[in-house]
Amino acid sequence: MPYSDKVIDHYSNPRNVGSFGKGTPGVGTGLVGAPECGDVMKLQIKVNVQTGLIEDAKFKTFGCGSAIASSSLATEWLKGRTVEEAAKIKNTDIVNELKLPPVKIHCSVLAEDAIKAALQDYKEKWTNAAAEARTGAS
Amino acid sequence: MTPKLPIFMDSQSTTPVDPRVLDAMIPYFTEKFGHPASRNHPFGWEAEAGLDRAREQIARLIGARDPKELVFTSGGTESINLALKGVAEMYREKGNHIVTTVIEQRAGLDVCKRLERQGFEVTYVKVGTDGLVDVEAIRSALTPKTILVSVMFANNEIGTIQPIAEIGRLAKEKGIVFHTDATQAVGKIPVDVEAMGVDLLSCTAHLIYGPKGIGALYVRRKNPRVRISPMIDGGGHERGMRSGTVPVPLAVGFGRAAELCRELMPEESKRLAALRDRLQDQILSRVDEAYLNGHPEKRLPHNLNISFSYVEGESVLMGLNKEAALASGSACTSATLEPSYVISALGVDAELAHSSIRFGLHRFTSEEEVDFVAQRAVEAIQRLREMSPLYEMAKEGINLKSMHWKAE
Repeated sequence: MPYSDKVIDHYSNPRNVGSFGKGTPGVGTGLVGAPECGDVMKLQIKVNVQTGLIEDAKFKTFGCGSAIASSSLATEWLKGRTVEEAAKIKNTDIVNELKLPPVKIHCSVLAEDAIKAALQDYKEKWTNAAAEARTGAS
Repeated sequence: MTPKLPIFMDSQSTTPVDPRVLDAMIPYFTEKFGHPASRNHPFGWEAEAGLDRAREQIARLIGARDPKELVFTSGGTESINLALKGVAEMYREKGNHIVTTVIEQRAGLDVCKRLERQGFEVTYVKVGTDGLVDVEAIRSALTPKTILVSVMFANNEIGTIQPIAEIGRLAKEKGIVFHTDATQAVGKIPVDVEAMGVDLLSCTAHLIYGPKGIGALYVRRKNPRVRISPMIDGGGHERGMRSGTVPVPLAVGFGRAAELCRELMPEESKRLAALRDRLQDQILSRVDEAYLNGHPEKRLPHNLNISFSYVEGESVLMGLNKEAALASGSACTSATLEPSYVISALGVDAELAHSSIRFGLHRFTSEEEVDFVAQRAVEAIQRLREMSPLYEMAKEGINLKSMHWKAE
C-alpha cells in the first residue's frame, strides 16, 4: 500500500517531536491508545494562560506511519489556535489532509482523541490559573 | 559500498526465480508445449517426460520413494486444502477429529475452521514460548476419533522447526494420518518423508526459487497407503486426485528448482545461517530491548524474527521501504488488522507482536546487503524510539504494564 506524499513527509520530517519539561506552566497532556493495540499517542499543548492561545505543541507516538503523521499534523494545526478553536479539529480534517485510506482512519480518530484529552487535561490543571490571570489583568 | 537498492529480504513471502530454473522452463512454453495426457503423439510424450522428470527431482528432495506419490497443485494453499479436506472426506466414517497447532499458516487454520462448521472437531495445540510444539501435547490431544494430525514443518514467521520425526512416529503408532505443511522447510533444510514418517506433505515452488503457480502434495502410497478425496473433478489427472491440465513449464521449473536446492543445500544453508547470525549480532549488539522470536537453534537458516520494544513494526518498515523489503507482525501490515497470531501465541506481550520484524535471507543475499540492512534497521529503530512515548516512559522508570490505558 503506497503512502501519500504528505504522510511520507510527516513521517520523514515529523514536526514538533518531544515533550515539555515537567511542571511547565500551561501544559496540557493527552495520552491515548494502548500498547497492545499497536498505537499510543502523547500530545501536549502549551497554552498562554492569559490569552488562551496555544503557543506550542509537541507529540510522541508509538504507531504506524499514518499515526505518526496524524499526530505530527495535529501539533502543526494546534499551534496558534485558541483552546476553543483547537476543540473544533476533527478527525475527518486529518483524513482529508493526509489522504488516509479507510484502514488508517483510526489513526486520525486517535489524533482527535489526543487533542481532546490534552485540552481536557489543560482545563483541569490550568483553568483556575487562567481565571486568576485574567482577573489579575483586568 | 552501497548495494543495489531496494534489497529483498522477505524470502518467507516468496523468492526470485533462479535463472537456471527459468532456462529449464523456457522450452516448455514454445517447443515442448504438448499436453502431458496426450498419449498418442510425440508432443504429449515430450511433455509427460518433462513432468516425470520434475516429479523425480521433487521426490528426491523430500525423500519420497516413488515419484508417483507427488500430486501437482497450484501451490501451497491448494496442497493444504487438498490434504486436509481430502482426508476429512475420505476418513469421515472413521472419525471426525483433527489435531493441529495454533501457529499453522492461514490456509491450514482456515480449512480447519471450515471443517469445524461442517461438523468436524479440531484441537489447536498451543506452542511454547520458543514456538515449539510439545509432542506430548499432541499425544494427549488424540482421541479414538482422530483421523488426522497436521503440524507445519517450519513456521513462516519465526522459522521454528517442529519435531516432525517424533510426531510422525506418534502418528504411525496410533495409525493416524500425518500431514505437514512444509512450504517453508522444503529445499532449505533436510526433509525426508520416509525417515520422518510423513504421510502427506505440502510444498510450493515459489519459495524455493521456482515459479509461482505450482505446488505439490506428497501422498504416501505404502505403509500405509493414504487415500484422499479430490477437490477438483475432471479428467482424472494426477491419479484422480487433482484434475486439470498440469502447467508443464511450471512443473519443470519446480523440478529444476528442487534439484538445485538439493545440490546447493549443504553449502547454502551454512552460508545463509552465517549471514543470518551476522545480521542478528549486528542488530542485537546495537539495540537494547530487542528480543529474538522463536527457538534460538531449531530454526530455519535464512530466517530472523526480532521484536523491538517501544516501536511499531509498520513504522520501521516504512522507514526502510525504499531500501529494503522486510515483513512485520504488526496489525497495520496484516489484511485482518490483527497483530501476528504466531507471535501472540508465544505468550509475549501483545505490544511485542506489533513490534516484530522478519528478515528473510535467500540464495542471492550478499554480506553487503546484510550489513546495509542491519545499519538502516538500527537507525530507523533508534529514530522511532526517540519519537516513542513508551520508550520515554520506560526510561523514566514508569511500568508500562501497570498503566491504565485508555484504549478506543
